[in-house]
Amino acid sequence: MNSAVIETRDLTKVYGKTKALNGLDLVVERGEIFGFLGPNGAGKTTTCRVLTTLTKPTSGSAAVSGFDVVKQAVQAKSGMGVVAQHTNVDGELSVYANLKLHGMLHKMPPWLRETRISELLEFVGLAQRRNDPARQLSGGLKRRLMIARALLHNPSVLFLDEPTVGLDAQTRRRIWDLIRRSHQAGVTIMLTTHYIEEAEALCHRVGIIDSGKLIALDSPANLLASSGTHVVEEVGGQGRSWFFESREKASRRAAEMEDTVMIRRANLEDVFIRLTGRKVRP
Amino acid sequence: MSGVWAVFYRELLILRSRLGRQMANYAISPLLYIIAFGWGMGRGVTMEGVDYLAYMLPGLLALSSMSRSFSISSEINIARFYWHTFEEFQTAPLSPAAIVLGEVLGGVVRGFLAAAVVAALALVSGVGLHFGAGLFAGVFLNCFLFASAAVLAAMMVRTHADQSNLTGFIITPMTFLCGTFFSLDKLPGWASAAIETLPLTHASHFIRASALGQPTPWLSLVVLASYGCVFFLMAVWQVRKASI
Ligand SMILES: Nc1ncnc2c1ncn2[C@@H]1O[C@H](COP(=O)(O)OP(=O)(O)OP(=O)(O)O)[C@@H](O)[C@H]1O
Ligand SMILES: [Mg+2]
Repeated sequence: MNSAVIETRDLTKVYGKTKALNGLDLVVERGEIFGFLGPNGAGKTTTCRVLTTLTKPTSGSAAVSGFDVVKQAVQAKSGMGVVAQHTNVDGELSVYANLKLHGMLHKMPPWLRETRISELLEFVGLAQRRNDPARQLSGGLKRRLMIARALLHNPSVLFLDEPTVGLDAQTRRRIWDLIRRSHQAGVTIMLTTHYIEEAEALCHRVGIIDSGKLIALDSPANLLASSGTHVVEEVGGQGRSWFFESREKASRRAAEMEDTVMIRRANLEDVFIRLTGRKVRP
Repeated sequence: MSGVWAVFYRELLILRSRLGRQMANYAISPLLYIIAFGWGMGRGVTMEGVDYLAYMLPGLLALSSMSRSFSISSEINIARFYWHTFEEFQTAPLSPAAIVLGEVLGGVVRGFLAAAVVAALALVSGVGLHFGAGLFAGVFLNCFLFASAAVLAAMMVRTHADQSNLTGFIITPMTFLCGTFFSLDKLPGWASAAIETLPLTHASHFIRASALGQPTPWLSLVVLASYGCVFFLMAVWQVRKASI
């Protein structure tokens, strides 16, 4: 059986002169938390929008749960939950009505829908706010409502486009917890984020996208290993950095240098910066 | 078709939360037309052999139900580009036709509420109209076609400014030209021939004939139904284009 839940082939999306996606090939396996990292404008949201059928690709193909997102859009959509980058709760409806409507749109039988609504309101900590108009929720609570809504119909794959942006540290942890618990319940997760520590904390594999192309794809540990686990960094000056596969090699090089330098362990952010070229390369 | 009900249900919830204000709002412009044109200018005037107020009120039924069913257009537009709530429909496993039908039924309900307000005003002002199946069918087709046109417009238009241009260039001219307030016989032949192609003209003909107990203009019924089908299919096509 094919274990790919998300699969894109040579996926391209052109907006006027902008190539938002430029031949993206991506496979997300069943049961993983996949992190999708990239600088602003790299094409993360465009990828999510194509995969969730909101945007039509210019060329190439994409499938979710084995269904082509263009030709079999309705089947593809029935197995996915979507949390967009922007807030899109229905402010004129109550918290409960937002969820009820979602359940109806996904053709859930009423008994199941009501049970799930109560479960999920507990799960995201909104049970007390059940009857409040959704517009009265704070940004973080709206986001929790969006997550509850996306999970309501038991999707097999959940798309989260920067779910924790603009949230305080505590709310962010809480959302991480929600993501882990959904994953434990068997949901495959595609998570777009700018927060490196979020990817490190949650993701089994990370894809780094830049200018519409995938430039790296591996587990956080392997990405670190391949780019160098230790960094020699200039203190002051241009802040340049060099990567080494061991502490010994890093120390040897540091000893040869005239400027003040420090040696530290590399993190995913270093890999990201190195690959996307946002800092001087070694 | 449960998806249709879900979309329709959302529109009903929204409508219910604003019902009081909405109904008062629906009464304002018909009331102004009745006072200005019906009582102010039209007293003692007859049009096509009937008292002017009795002539105008069926026109107001057509007009009011048109503009209220069409008003869903700007709401869908705002739901798409401002609140982004339309994405909930687009990412649900629904066919485009189900989304359109749900929205159109929401528009039809508004149109009927507006027509009911005009009918109440007619009763209050002492004009006896025939409320029969013909009138019902005429109002329904009118609402259906303009609600479909509204969805079509909302899917094609990108900005709120374009949306209000649409109302200014299409809906407002129809308001005054399509046989609501005066008989097209009064216009030069070429002008009335051009206006005879517009859907609201046929809604006015059909609804007026039914309300005044005159012979049924079957051609108008066919024209209304045809416009309704064409707009509906075009709206489905546009939703499909927007969501894949
Ligand atoms: N509707 C659109 N019309 C024109 N260009 C667009 C549109 N949507 C996205 N783009 C362009 O496509 C490119 C990719 O945008 P996208 O939103 O996918 O980036 P992103 O990786 O999600 O960035 P961010 O981290 O800022 O959210 C950008 O250059 C953007 O300007
Ligand atoms: Mg984005």
